[in-house]
Amino acid sequence: MSADYSIETESLGRVYRLRENKKKKDQPRELVALSGVNLQVQRGELFGLLGPNGAGKTTLIKILTTLLAPSTGWAKVAGYDVHRETVKVRPLINMVSGGESSGYGLLTVRENLWMFSQFYGMQSAEAYKYIDELLATFGLTDRANTKSADLSTGLRQKMNIIRGFMTGPEVLFLDEPTLGLDVGASRDVRGFVRRWTDENPRRTLLLTTHTMVEADELCDRVAIINRGKVLACDTPAALKHELQQEAIFNLDVSAQNGLEAAHFETLPGVHKVQLTPFDGHSQLQFILAEEAVLSAVVNTLTERDVTILNLTKREPTLEDVFVTLVGRSMAEEEKAGSNGNGH
Amino acid sequence: MNLRSFRTAAWLGWKIESNWTDPFLFAVYSIIKPLAGAAILVVMYSIITKGDFTNPLFPYIYLGNAFYMYVGAVMTGVSWAIIDDREHYRTLKYMYVAPIRIPLYLIGRAVARFLTGSFSVFITIVFGALFLHVPIEVAQVDWLLFSVSLLMGVVLLALMGLTLAGITLLLARHSDYLGDAVAGGLYLFSGAVFPLDVLPAWLRPIGYAMPITYWLELLRRSLVGSVAQAFPTLASLSNNQLLAILGGMIVLAAFIAVITFRYCDHQARERGYIDRTTNY
Ligand SMILES: Nc1ncnc2c1ncn2[C@@H]1O[C@H](COP(=O)(O)OP(=O)(O)O)[C@@H](O)[C@H]1O
Ligand SMILES: [Mg+2]
Repeated sequence: MSADYSIETESLGRVYRLRENKKKKDQPRELVALSGVNLQVQRGELFGLLGPNGAGKTTLIKILTTLLAPSTGWAKVAGYDVHRETVKVRPLINMVSGGESSGYGLLTVRENLWMFSQFYGMQSAEAYKYIDELLATFGLTDRANTKSADLSTGLRQKMNIIRGFMTGPEVLFLDEPTLGLDVGASRDVRGFVRRWTDENPRRTLLLTTHTMVEADELCDRVAIINRGKVLACDTPAALKHELQQEAIFNLDVSAQNGLEAAHFETLPGVHKVQLTPFDGHSQLQFILAEEAVLSAVVNTLTERDVTILNLTKREPTLEDVFVTLVGRSMAEEEKAGSNGNGH
Repeated sequence: MNLRSFRTAAWLGWKIESNWTDPFLFAVYSIIKPLAGAAILVVMYSIITKGDFTNPLFPYIYLGNAFYMYVGAVMTGVSWAIIDDREHYRTLKYMYVAPIRIPLYLIGRAVARFLTGSFSVFITIVFGALFLHVPIEVAQVDWLLFSVSLLMGVVLLALMGLTLAGITLLLARHSDYLGDAVAGGLYLFSGAVFPLDVLPAWLRPIGYAMPITYWLELLRRSLVGSVAQAFPTLASLSNNQLLAILGGMIVLAAFIAVITFRYCDHQARERGYIDRTTNY
């Protein structure tokens, strides 16, 4: 245990009890949302949790922000146990959830923010100064005196994000901060997140995302999480480096009824194949053990009379890392998950 | 820091309470609503007693009813903030993450309702004194007793509100009316609209166990000393004895509030209810 970890968890787990459904007796009564999570985030890091919907990201954030009790294990934030020492943890943290519209709609943007500054014990004058600065940064200055009910969802979310940064937390938690924001706004938020963390080495920021690019371009380190388990945790570069030996190809092929991913899965050296049909053509994505395997793939296509329209080799992405770890893409995993637990 | 967040919570409560597009309508509403409530009571009383407004029962009922408005305002005001923040504004989790004492915050949120409630009570009583012969002589009022009793009552109601707030934390669905239900239930057993003697003997102990019973009695005595003597319920007790009983019950209410709120708060975090919203 080092005092310099901003966030530290050991064997952290969380089980939700589900309501009993009289009609479906065979339904499980419990849902394991997190299990055996061991994380160490250094002070000063911008840390990302990447995983599909339902992976357990929000659950982890809730535990770390003292809102939810863990079922097993423990977690410390800024050196304090989040379950037993909530009073010590709370002044040092803040949290923002994306994709929801919270806030007092009857208050203006400035009033909403000022109010929270008071709950964190800030002096009014100092708070107003900082609020106005942040409003300018996020392009909200002309909305400062608008009732927040009259803001679009995106602008409300920006207000919420300002609320998180405003109180000067040592550890800031952002749960899908760019969810529901347009491209420009997302870029602004990412830029600010990066600058905020770099400005002061005492600041630690943990964000969750199910956007690969966000994790890849923004975060110092990323933990890939799926079905409540952390599958890998490293810098984006190192995670992708694991796949460097492998060859990743995208092939556009002529549409061919009867072409299935299964036709390639049995070929030796094919780690993963994904087939996406489009109007008039199909796309095949391969992760191959080495480039030489490609010839076998091409042979299979030729045998089936499928024409290759385009072939590109590309660098591995975090999506590929996910696919290699889990065996399917995040989108597929989300679909499978939602069928599995009936949400 | 505690004081500042309490003040800010009170400010927020006031903003919410007075969120009327037209302040004039807000003022009219604040006057009409309590008077309408009192009017119903007066009409019913007048029908049942064939207009006997000189009976001491009338001021008894009138004042009990007027001060009972505080129960709805303060007690329900405290617990309602949980529902309001969790379901409506979706901010309860942010309040929880903030370094504030949630009970203090909740009580702060109810200050506005205490103020508007006080206004309602005042209007109702002035109206009663001016037009309905409620025998209040300003010179005869025991102001010290009145102030002390009122203060104790507000503390009591805030503590009861906290207990209710704790329970509300654990009830997600349809808990909107819990506060009203409790306030309504206590109404009949607190000597607000009729003396406990009217109740069947086996129901009276409920009334004697209710701190609000003693509080209302003290307020009546402080305003119209004579009324209290007309009913045997608590007549054998002196003002000081009543104050002592009320004080003891407040201590008990504080214990219950602290224990209940702590327990429910803990349970809410165990079960993940802090940010649970009901999807209708
Ligand atoms: N309060 C709850 N009760 C029961 N199950 C829940 C609750 N909250 C989340 N879950 C379930 O726990 C799993 C993880 O959810 P969550 O932490 O929200 O994932 P993420 O944020 O990664 O999308 C999901 O299967 C979800 O349905
Ligand atoms: Mg989530």
